[in-house]
Amino acid sequence: MDRASSSGAVARPAYGSMGSGGGREPANLGDILERVLDRGVVIAGDIRVNLLDIELLTIKLRLLIASVDTAKELGIDWWKHDPFLSGRDRQLVEENRRLRRRVAALERPGDLDD
Amino acid sequence: MTDAGSGSGEGFAEGEGFAVGGNFAEGEGFAAGEGEGTYLYAVARDPLPAPAGVAGAPVRTIAHAGLVAYVSTVPLERFGEEPLRRLLEDMDWLAETARAHHLVVDTVAALTTTAPVRLVTVYADDAQVADLLERRENDFLRLLEHVTGRREWGVKAYAVQPAEQEHPQQSAEAHAGRPGTAYLQRRRTSLRGREQARRQALQRADHIHRALAAVAAAGLRHRAQDPRLSGRDAPMLLNGAYLVDQERDAEFADLVATFGGDGVELRMTGPWAPYSFTVMEAT
Repeated sequence: MDRASSSGAVARPAYGSMGSGGGREPANLGDILERVLDRGVVIAGDIRVNLLDIELLTIKLRLLIASVDTAKELGIDWWKHDPFLSGRDRQLVEENRRLRRRVAALERPGDLDD
Repeated sequence: MTDAGSGSGEGFAEGEGFAVGGNFAEGEGFAAGEGEGTYLYAVARDPLPAPAGVAGAPVRTIAHAGLVAYVSTVPLERFGEEPLRRLLEDMDWLAETARAHHLVVDTVAALTTTAPVRLVTVYADDAQVADLLERRENDFLRLLEHVTGRREWGVKAYAVQPAEQEHPQQSAEAHAGRPGTAYLQRRRTSLRGREQARRQALQRADHIHRALAAVAAAGLRHRAQDPRLSGRDAPMLLNGAYLVDQERDAEFADLVATFGGDGVELRMTGPWAPYSFTVMEAT
């Protein structure tokens, strides 16, 4: 993937796509998903939508929960500390969601069900 | 699973699809309309050309408080909370969106110090993004300073099949005439060997991580990827991210190269925008 050199607009090789040097591999979808979904700046507050608001069932299942088996096999125990995977925090997230929905409903005049 | 932004040249033809410098400051336009939101990709200090973003939308910049936000206008019918809930479960849509997001971040990060923002961060309009830059100015500047002149490298270590240390001749002789015992003995030895190999491999991963982190400005371990994500059958022992001073790139790569072999295979990815080192506390 040499889009940079062909366009001439970008001086350096594109990130995440180093050549074929010893042991180097191109960025695959898994690496990209892991980074864009799990890392980077997270901003809450007055934001309209962000991932924190969304329960990522499939993604979490594929990215994280599936890894638990692998990790267990390897004797790694990170999942014990993963807030998403520990039941207590999941309950908090759910409660948070419920309360926010309730607030939103209350702020909407003439629509007070739920 | 093919390589990352395999769309070589997408949106890069002779500056097409590039937008430089939103004239947001003039106050006209761009305050996203009813059904639109402002999608935020990254924050940097310089306005630079960027390729098209998610859903093919052109990317523009909002400059405020000495910072520059890279954004595009997105339809809320797809980027509102409810539609996203559904779309994010669609692996094809997710893959396409993640790649588009990454391409914008990657392009900007190749040219200037950049703080990547998490996928699907959508504001009501540009004014809200400008407000964010103003409120979090110091946080962003500190964060950008931390990653200036440094790049992120990924290092993964896999446990590959070690050569089985069996001595079939010996055991066969020792248990001549008692094939059942011989079998059990072999099996036990083999299990114990595997357990031991596993423990040694984990220790090596710890050691590798410590050594790499010592050369890097910062280093951290992410959870090991599942084989379905890594695309490899071999179990992953280490999924590390390292923020390395550019002058030490070669030193770092050389060090990585020294650790492979003997049941452990190392893979290096990068350079990445500093995704793993631009974590900012939410407020």
